Amino acid sequence: MSWLDKIVPSMGRIQRTDRRTSVPDGLWRKCPKCEAVLYLPELEKHHSVCPKCDHHLRLTARKRLDWFLDAEGREEVAGDLQPVDRLKFRDSKKYKDRLSAAQKDTDENDALIAMRGTLEGMPIVAVAFEFTFMGGSMGAVVGEKFVRAASLALEEGIPLVCFSASGGARMQEALFSLMQMAKTSAALEKLKQAGVPYISVLTDPVYGGVSASLAMLGDLNVAEPNALIGFAGPRVIEQTVREKLPEGFQRSEFLLEHGAVDMIVHRSEMRERLGGVLRKLTGLPATGLPDVEAPDLVDVAEQVSENDEPLEEPGNDR
Amino acid sequence: MNPNYLDFEQPIAELQAKIEELRLVGNDSKINISDEIGKLEEKSKKLTEQIFRDLTAWQVSQLSRHPKRPYTLDYLSYIFTDFDELHGDRHFADDAAIVGGVARLDDKPVMVIGHQKGRDVKEKVRRNFGMPRPEGYRKACRLMEMAERFHMPVLTFIDTPGAYPGIDAEERGQSEAIAYNLAVMSRLKTPIISTVVGEGGSGGALAIGVCDELQMLQYSTYSVISPEGCASILWKSAEKAPEAAHAMGITAERLQELGFVDTLIEEPLGGAHRHPLTTADHVKEALLASLERLQAMDTDALLERRYERLMSYGAPAQ
Repeated sequence: MSWLDKIVPSMGRIQRTDRRTSVPDGLWRKCPKCEAVLYLPELEKHHSVCPKCDHHLRLTARKRLDWFLDAEGREEVAGDLQPVDRLKFRDSKKYKDRLSAAQKDTDENDALIAMRGTLEGMPIVAVAFEFTFMGGSMGAVVGEKFVRAASLALEEGIPLVCFSASGGARMQEALFSLMQMAKTSAALEKLKQAGVPYISVLTDPVYGGVSASLAMLGDLNVAEPNALIGFAGPRVIEQTVREKLPEGFQRSEFLLEHGAVDMIVHRSEMRERLGGVLRKLTGLPATGLPDVEAPDLVDVAEQVSENDEPLEEPGNDR
Repeated sequence: MNPNYLDFEQPIAELQAKIEELRLVGNDSKINISDEIGKLEEKSKKLTEQIFRDLTAWQVSQLSRHPKRPYTLDYLSYIFTDFDELHGDRHFADDAAIVGGVARLDDKPVMVIGHQKGRDVKEKVRRNFGMPRPEGYRKACRLMEMAERFHMPVLTFIDTPGAYPGIDAEERGQSEAIAYNLAVMSRLKTPIISTVVGEGGSGGALAIGVCDELQMLQYSTYSVISPEGCASILWKSAEKAPEAAHAMGITAERLQELGFVDTLIEEPLGGAHRHPLTTADHVKEALLASLERLQAMDTDALLERRYERLMSYGAPAQ
């Protein structure tokens, strides 16, 4: 112990334990990659991307959707769904207690937030995983909420965008959790058959049951730079194959190289890039919206005339 | 310790050894000891019944992995006739950890797909301990789509520790291969029956396990993660696997209570490996009954039912 530690022991302790993610006074944050100390308001301005090394820090689900969707006209989908401890699961702690602790810490009901809103004026449904809620793990509520969001997109014929960040399945919900993989994939297949676009954005990190279901099923799979994405975790793989993992293994760039994702998009360009792609997929003009009012009026006029003269073209209802 | 018997079966092994000894003595001498042997046989049966009456989840898990347990190819030879194995995913390789092909079940053509483990060391390695790589799942998908085209029901046999966690598997898109199968199976226009005959290991099992009816052998298991994996994450010690097995509810019996299993197939006393042919008869009977139910439905109704079934997993109580 140095003389300085003896004089100010508490200071020494803080520095040691909080070296990696220290948030002194809530105004400063250390970049987990380059360790630069960043001024929080400045960081927020950069969408939580480190201005020094361009590292994409993790975002809360709400902040993610807040930045992605237009400010006006947002509506949360199935926000009131509450997790249920069906198995009365208990390890060193009760699942019930873990749930209430996570709810208290995050101020969310579970690990997925879904919203209906617009992206550059185009109506869409967007969902985002809350990684700080039990590692963004997928239990029954996450699956159900995802399916409701997908069903809404299907009903309205508007695109679905998902930002995933998850360690995988939620072990405390055992087989209920595993079956969410099949459930969400089935709902996405309906979208695919109906020609409703689905873009999966993979953000740091995406693993296990989430990676092996909804996150890999996008018409486009998009990754944020340098995100860790895979089926099995690096530690498990290392233990299995007993060799050192190659440099950059399971990073976004690795996935792009191996053909698993379509593109890597910087967070600051996410809105614009996805907006542009979705406009092409849905046949919208490059900017603005088509004159929604005009065809509607024609439709209305036709309907009115049909009602006026119902017998004009009988048998035309194929 | 007799390696053919599990830990908890050792008292039975000791009795059996005694019986064997007596038999040898009986052969040599002129004393009639068949009465004595008969008594011991009776005692051994009672003891087995007693031990098997109250198996813990962990003991069932050990049975499900018993090295002598019948595997997919065993069931293929016992239950089906005229099996033509089909190989390869048409893109990369043929994965020996999944076998599949066309066969007849009581003369009716069916597509059979299942995980395959090996018996001796060499075959275990060749079959990669029943852990498929992406090409295995892609082969399975190809065969399922073929079954759809030729109006054959798909019968899958599940027995895997999980999808292979290796570098090559990640490079070739393990997550995508699993996810894709989940999506395809949710809308495959032919009946799908899945039978868990051994270990139902997580996403690696589910990737050929989305079905209209799920059957489980009495001492098979199905879980979101192996008991050891769950224990090392939640209890921080793989030695807590018995606790994890219990908490997750991985046995056929528990999963039937929870509503996941349609048919629980009884195993002979002491487990499937003691009387493989009897076990196979039970499996065949269950398959035929299930097929009859499913083939009575028209395709639209079948698909709607399958979709509703998937949506019901973990849905909030009405």
